Amino acid sequence: MGKAFAVVLTIITTITVAIFVSRHWWFPEVASAHGHAMDHQFVETFVGAAIGFILAQLALAAFAWKYGERKGDTRPVRIFPGGVKWLLVLTLIYVGSEIILLEFVGQKVWAAMYFTPPASDSLQVQVLAGQFAFYFRYPGPDGKFGPIHTDKIDEASANFFGIDPSDAASKDDIVTAELAVPVNKPVELLLNSKDMDHGFYVRELRVQQDMLPGMQIPMHFTPTKIGKYDIACNQLCGLGHYNMRAFLEVMSEEDYQKWIVQQASLQ
Amino acid sequence: MENMPMEVQHHHTAPTGFIRKYIFSVDHKVIGKQYYFLAIFSVFVGMVLSWLVRIHLVWPNLHIWGLGAFSPVGAPGGVMTDAYYLSLLTVHGTLMVFFVLTTAPQAGFGNYALPIQIGAEDMAFPVLNMLSFWVTFLALCSLVATLFVKDGPPISGWTAYPPLSAVGSSAGPGLGMGQNLWAVSIALFCVGSLLGALNFIVTTVDLRCKGMTLMRMPLTCWAWLITAILSLLSFAVLFAACVLLILDRNAGTSFFLPSGLLVSGQLQNHSGGSPLLWQHLFWFFGHPEVYIAIVPGFGVISHVLSVFSRKPVLGYKLVVGCLLSIGFLSFTVWGHHMFLSGMSPYSGFLFSVPTLIITIPATIISLVWLGTVYGGRLRFTTSMMFALGFVSVFVTGGLGGMFLAQPSLDIFLHGTYFVVGHFHMVMGVAAIFGMFAGTYFWYPKMFGRVLNERLGKIHFWITFVGVYCIFMPMHFIGLEGMPRRYSGFVEDSMQHLMPVHTFMTIAALITGATQFIFFFNLFWSMYKGAKATENPWESTTLEWTVPSPPPFDNFGGKVPVVYHDAYEYGDLKNGKDYVMQTDPVGQPANS
Repeated sequence: MGKAFAVVLTIITTITVAIFVSRHWWFPEVASAHGHAMDHQFVETFVGAAIGFILAQLALAAFAWKYGERKGDTRPVRIFPGGVKWLLVLTLIYVGSEIILLEFVGQKVWAAMYFTPPASDSLQVQVLAGQFAFYFRYPGPDGKFGPIHTDKIDEASANFFGIDPSDAASKDDIVTAELAVPVNKPVELLLNSKDMDHGFYVRELRVQQDMLPGMQIPMHFTPTKIGKYDIACNQLCGLGHYNMRAFLEVMSEEDYQKWIVQQASLQ
Repeated sequence: MENMPMEVQHHHTAPTGFIRKYIFSVDHKVIGKQYYFLAIFSVFVGMVLSWLVRIHLVWPNLHIWGLGAFSPVGAPGGVMTDAYYLSLLTVHGTLMVFFVLTTAPQAGFGNYALPIQIGAEDMAFPVLNMLSFWVTFLALCSLVATLFVKDGPPISGWTAYPPLSAVGSSAGPGLGMGQNLWAVSIALFCVGSLLGALNFIVTTVDLRCKGMTLMRMPLTCWAWLITAILSLLSFAVLFAACVLLILDRNAGTSFFLPSGLLVSGQLQNHSGGSPLLWQHLFWFFGHPEVYIAIVPGFGVISHVLSVFSRKPVLGYKLVVGCLLSIGFLSFTVWGHHMFLSGMSPYSGFLFSVPTLIITIPATIISLVWLGTVYGGRLRFTTSMMFALGFVSVFVTGGLGGMFLAQPSLDIFLHGTYFVVGHFHMVMGVAAIFGMFAGTYFWYPKMFGRVLNERLGKIHFWITFVGVYCIFMPMHFIGLEGMPRRYSGFVEDSMQHLMPVHTFMTIAALITGATQFIFFFNLFWSMYKGAKATENPWESTTLEWTVPSPPPFDNFGGKVPVVYHDAYEYGDLKNGKDYVMQTDPVGQPANS
């Protein structure tokens, strides 16, 4: 029974590690400036975890294989060499260095995204989430957003953002159903929600942030690859949650300029 | 405090009527079994729900016989709606986390075995004990009732984040009466758990028999004590949160609701609250809860591994220290559920440090298990197999935590199937393996008969391979960024992962079906199983010094005296390789 357990466990361990290492299922290709550091951090953590995983599972398998009781077994039990002291020391060294590495060296990505302010020339776009759609607002030539008045939101008259028409800052705002940004230019998103907790998740850009009603949450990144990516809601927001998505299109600078002019003319 | 004669305090005679004996019993052994069967019922329902959820994901148009009649709104014509998927998901999560993982390992086995293991006649407050079970039973009724209200259970998930859970039925199906019943259920559950926790702590501190010093207690007792302390501190907070949620929903308060909410075109009359407050209160409970579910498992596994390795636990004091530090640290890490919630990113960083530090005691305990098995004379009973399986799945699931504990990586992995795979492995499967190990281990004591070992082994093998087939692939599709809680995948970029979902669903159906072998064994062996002797596993602790099953007052009027540590195995003396805790030969009693 112990030998069977050892064999099965070894097979499970091998298959698991093989699938991870084969990268058959893996992250989508990075399309943002900070994404590479994040993937690197993942691989580093993965190596540490894989060592622990393989050692622990194989040790368990080996002990189950070796130490099964036989009929009339009178051999004395053996205490782990060195007792608990060595276990303690090894754990503290292995896990301790892992923690220092991961925590104090590895969290640069987090710090870069959240502790440092966005570049001063960032393109600012406001995002408003609601059951079950995202809307985006560009500030227009004046560079200013008017306030969001949820009581003025009226889908029938296409006032998706709750814009007060009499407000000066709002006059030139451009509201769109798709998010377009120029490549290699820093972007700052200002995330808002009018009803539920929503999530803003773009896999290729390695960005994710919850959107809460009553708060405007800023987030910044720099897209580096032209393409069209899914924006998925990743915080359970109700019946249509699975269907709540929009697109983020990273364009060349010229395409973006054309696009924004076209969108402005549609307002 | 003065020494009080305990025998006098807690003496009560065996009841004779059916109701006092089996229904409103104050006997800890009956209450333990009641909790156990409450968990068995819940795990059965929860498992069937998980089947439905998995089926909806991969065969959304499948007609399920009888489901249309059960819920005409949720599954018209037997085909589940997208809303019903979320409803069933909510009930699955709530049942499993609260009514299975929090009841059986602690209140079930703990109630049954703790008083006997420390040499007490009963729990410190038998009536309170009865109350705590019946309040929990009411809580379960309230939750099950959500399945029968018109628009079904709430769709807000087991975490019930407001505003979804707080604004009422305009936000979606099940958020009217269903959500109210859910909140009442959880509030009641908190009350039941608080009463139970109080009882466990007082019993362990006050009712240990002569010679049973704290450091001679079996590790199971340490685990139950620490879990009880965690319960006492965390359920109180969840109770408050549930009361506030009920008020927000029904009394017009705004604890969790900010101003300007526009739901289904209606401006809500709330202002001044914050949805983040709920998340803080919920996870302040929610993270210790993870340990409430798993720490009793730590106790049982340490115990079972020692018994069936015929070796003392390697580093008893170390395990106690680890359990204590895990308990303490579990209150400092709740923010790791909220890295991306919109709370200050600086606090996200702060919460990540203790989260990684908690891996130190968890790693030490895992190594202690390995070191205990090393060099033993292993007896591969079904209980032992599940204990070995526990070590394997706990290590696997725990290592997933290394990724999720880092805010940097959480930016990608948060809310994906990676998280689902991680917590099912480390808290769901591991805790359930602990329950299986405990069941096969204590069943002879509880029912006087032994569970069938052959059926047990079949049960173990399919379950062990099955859980890896279900939950390991979740990690893989999580790496691709597949979001959880989606009732369907409309994105083209996710379509190529659907075969993986199909594989997991089939694995879940097979593994689930295997549990019927266990259920059959459980009930069949009660009447047809081999008769159990007093000490079938040649174990040292006090419950194995009394008949199987034990008499009403546990020790038949005698007062046990303890002379030995809990895990004296290995040395062969007079043909025996173990020393009972009550064996007077050796060192003198030390109280």
